[in-house]
Amino acid sequence: MRSRVAALPYVLIFAAATAIPLAGDDYLVVIATRAAVYWVLVSGLNLVVGFAGQLAIGWVSLLTIGAYTTSIIVARDWLGPLPALAVAGVAGALAGVLVGLPALRLRTFYFAMTTLGFATIVTQVALAWTEVTGGGIGITGPALPAPLDSQTGFYLFCLALAAVCTWMTLNIAASRFGRALVGLRDAEVAAEAMGISKANLLVMVFLFSGATAAVAGGLFATLQSYITPDAFTFDLSVLFFIAILIGGRGSVLGPLLGTVLLTALPEFAAPLVAWSTFLYAALLLVIVIALPGGIADLLDQRRRRKLPEDRLVVPRPDLVPSLIAPQPDRPAMILSGVRLSFGAVRAIDGLDLMLRPGEVHGLIGPNGSGKTTTLNVISGFSVPQEGEVRIGDAPLPGGATQTRAGLGIARTFQTPRAIGEASVRENVMIGGTIEGRASFAECVLALPRHRRDEATLRAQAERCLRIVGLEALADERADRLQHSELRFMEVARALMLCPAFLLLDEPAAGLSADEITRLGALIKAVKEAGCGVLLVEHHADLIFEICDRVTVLNLGRELAAGTPSEIRAHREVVSAYLGG
Amino acid sequence: MLSSILSTGFAIGAIYALIAVTYNVMFSASRVMSFTAGQVGMLGGVFGAWFILRLHLPIVAGFPLTLLTCAGIGVLTEIVAVRPVMAGLEKHLYVLSTLALALMMQQFTAIEWSTEPQPFPRIVGGGFAPDEKFWLPLLACAAVILGLELLYRRTLVGRAFLAIAEDNYAARALGLPERDLRMAGFALAGAIAGLAGFAGGQLLLASIANGPMLNFYGFVPVALGGLGNNRGAIAGGLLLGLFQQAANFLVGGVLVSVAVFAAFIVVLMAAPQGLFGTPPMRRV
Repeated sequence: MRSRVAALPYVLIFAAATAIPLAGDDYLVVIATRAAVYWVLVSGLNLVVGFAGQLAIGWVSLLTIGAYTTSIIVARDWLGPLPALAVAGVAGALAGVLVGLPALRLRTFYFAMTTLGFATIVTQVALAWTEVTGGGIGITGPALPAPLDSQTGFYLFCLALAAVCTWMTLNIAASRFGRALVGLRDAEVAAEAMGISKANLLVMVFLFSGATAAVAGGLFATLQSYITPDAFTFDLSVLFFIAILIGGRGSVLGPLLGTVLLTALPEFAAPLVAWSTFLYAALLLVIVIALPGGIADLLDQRRRRKLPEDRLVVPRPDLVPSLIAPQPDRPAMILSGVRLSFGAVRAIDGLDLMLRPGEVHGLIGPNGSGKTTTLNVISGFSVPQEGEVRIGDAPLPGGATQTRAGLGIARTFQTPRAIGEASVRENVMIGGTIEGRASFAECVLALPRHRRDEATLRAQAERCLRIVGLEALADERADRLQHSELRFMEVARALMLCPAFLLLDEPAAGLSADEITRLGALIKAVKEAGCGVLLVEHHADLIFEICDRVTVLNLGRELAAGTPSEIRAHREVVSAYLGG
Repeated sequence: MLSSILSTGFAIGAIYALIAVTYNVMFSASRVMSFTAGQVGMLGGVFGAWFILRLHLPIVAGFPLTLLTCAGIGVLTEIVAVRPVMAGLEKHLYVLSTLALALMMQQFTAIEWSTEPQPFPRIVGGGFAPDEKFWLPLLACAAVILGLELLYRRTLVGRAFLAIAEDNYAARALGLPERDLRMAGFALAGAIAGLAGFAGGQLLLASIANGPMLNFYGFVPVALGGLGNNRGAIAGGLLLGLFQQAANFLVGGVLVSVAVFAAFIVVLMAAPQGLFGTPPMRRV
C-alpha cells in the first residue's frame, strides 16, 4: 500500500509524458526527448551527487564518451546502433570508475576539481584526435532502425529507457546500498563502523552512473544527428548537477522534476535562452543558501507532521533475549600493551584491558585520559603504535574500520551520528547493512533475494526499535528527534548486528535521571544476553550500578582496575576523579 | 627555443602562482576554497582591457581601478556566497555557493563582454627585451610575495590573519573580529587575482576562457604544495608553467593537458594533503 502511494507521482509523470506526441507539436516532442535523455544521465548521477554526496560537477565528460563511442562504432560499421549503445554503456561504466576513483581519497572541492579537469581533457581529446572523432568537424550520430527512427518512435524509446532508469534508481534508493550511500554522505564515520566499505560501494555506484550517462550520450548523439566537441559544453554539466541539487539530495522524484524544469524552462521563455546558465547558477545559489533540501524537502510531508510533545522513551529490556541468543564459550576481547601518541601527546600509554562476554566493563577517567581513543583503537579509527587488540587468539587488523562489524563489534558515538533526512527506521536498518545477502545488481533489478533482505532487515529494525522504545517514531525523520531519542536510536542501530561486543561512548550524556535508569536496565539486559559491553561514562552512579568491572584511566594509563566496590574505595581514584 | 620555453613558462607560471596564492589567502581567512579564484583572475584582464581600451582611461587610473574592482568582487563573494554558508551548519556547502557565483561571473562576462578573446593594452611600452608581457607577471608575482611577507610579518592586521588561519576559535576567543578579517582577506585575494589577470593580460588576452583555465591550473599548485602553503604554491606554479611550456614544445598539443592532469591525480591520490601539507590527525 505504502509503495503504491509512493509510486503515484512517477506513474502520473510518465503517463503525461507518453501522451505528449498526441498534442501534435513536433517541437514539444523534441524538448521532451531531450528531457528524457538528460534524465537517463541524471538518474544515475543522482546516486553519486544526491545520495553519496560526491560533487561530480564535470559529468558531461561521460555523456561525451558515450556519444562518441556509439557514433564511431556505427560510423565504422562495426556494430548496429543498439549493440553500440550497449558497448557505450560498458565503456561509460569503466570511465565512470576512472572519474570517480579520486573520490575515495579526495574530498569536496578537490574531487570537484578533478571531475572538472577530466571534462576538459575529454573535450580536448575529442578535438585533437581528428582521425577517429572527426575533430572540430565532428561525426554523424547513429541513426536507429525502424520503428525507432521516427520522431515519436525515438521519443518513446528514450522515455522507456528513462522509466527503466527511474525504476532502477528507486530500487537502489530503497535498498541497503542506497541507505549506505546516504550513510557515507551524512555520517561517514558511523557508516564505516557498521561495516560499510566506501570503496566497494562507490565503485559500484560509479559503474552504474557511468553506464547510464554513456547510454544517454548515445541517445544524445542520435538526437543531435551530428556531434562536435562544441555540443558538450560545461553548461550541460551545470544543468545536470544543478537539476539534482534543486531537486533535493537523497530523493529521486525531486531531481526528476528538476531535470524536466531546467530542460523546459528556457524553451518556453525565448529571451532567457542566452541567460539560462546564469539563471541556473543564480537558482543554485538561492537553493544552497535558502533551501538546502531542494524541491524534495518542500514535498516531504514528514517535515510538517506534528510530533507529540510529552513523549517518553520506554525501552523493553525483557525483549532483548528474543534478539540476542546467548552463545556459551565466546572468547573475550583483549587489549595488550596498547600505546598511541598524537604527536607529543600520549593518548594511550600502555593499556591492558580484558572485555569478557556477558560483562559490563566501565571505562572512566577525566577528560583527555584516553577513553574515547581506546574505543577508537578497538573500532580501528586509530592505529596503535604498539600493542594489539585481539578477540581470543585472533588479532584485529589495525585500522580496517569496516572489518569490525563483521567481527560482531558495534558502537555508538559521543555525539550521535545520525542521518537527519532519513527515517528513524532507515537509520536503524543501516546498522544491519552487512547482514544483507543480495548483490548490487540484484538490488538494481529488485530480484527476490533483495526483497527477502529488505523484509528481514525491516523486521529486525522493528525488533530493535521496540527494545529501545522508539517504535512509535519509526517513520519520523531523524532530524526531528530529541537528543535523548537519538542516543537510544544509536543503541538500536548497534543492536541490529546482535553484537558480541558493544562499545558505548557516553550513552547517558544529556539524558534525564529517569532515562539514565532505563538505559541502565537496557544495558544490563544486553549484557545478560551474553554481549560484552564496554561503557565509557561520566555518570558515576550508572557506572557503579551496572558495571561488573571498572577500569580508571588517567593520562592514558590505568590508574586502577577492579570491581565497582574496590574502585569506590580506591583512595587515588576518589581524590583524583570521583571526589568525596 | 630554450629561451622561449623559459620566458613563456615563467610568465605563465607566475600567473598560476598568483592564482594559487589567491586560493591560499581566501583559505587562510575562512577555510573556504572558492571557485571564484580563477574567474576573478579572468576579470582582472577583462576589466583592464575595458577601462583602458574601451573607456580610454590612462593606465595610472585603469590599473588601480581594476585592482579595486576585483577587490570589490572579492568582498561581494564573501558577502553573497561565503558568509551565509558559514552561518549555517553545513559549512561544506561553500563549494556549491562559490561554484554558483563563479558561473554567474563567467556567464555575465560572456554575455556583456564577449565570448571571443579581446586585445589587452601594452602597459610600459618601449623596446624592452624580453618583451614586457614576459616579465610583467613575474614582477607582479615578486611584488605580491614581498607584500604578503611584509603584511604577515610586520603589521598587526597581517598577524591577525595568521592567527585566524592557525586557529579560528582561539583567535575569536582573543577578540579578533573574525568577520571583518575574513572580508579583508577576500578583498586582498580579489586584488591579487585581479593583479594576476592584469599582469598576464598581454599573454592571455582578455578572454572568458581564462576563468576555468586559471581555476584549474591555479589550483594544481595549491593541491600539490599543500593548502595554505604560499611557498609551495609559488614554486608549484612556476614549475607547472615551465613543465607545460617544455611539454608543449617537445610533445605538443593535447598530451600536455593529459600529462598535467594525470600527474595531478597521481600525486593527490598518493598524498591528498599535498606534498608539503600535514594530514589531519583525528576523525572521531
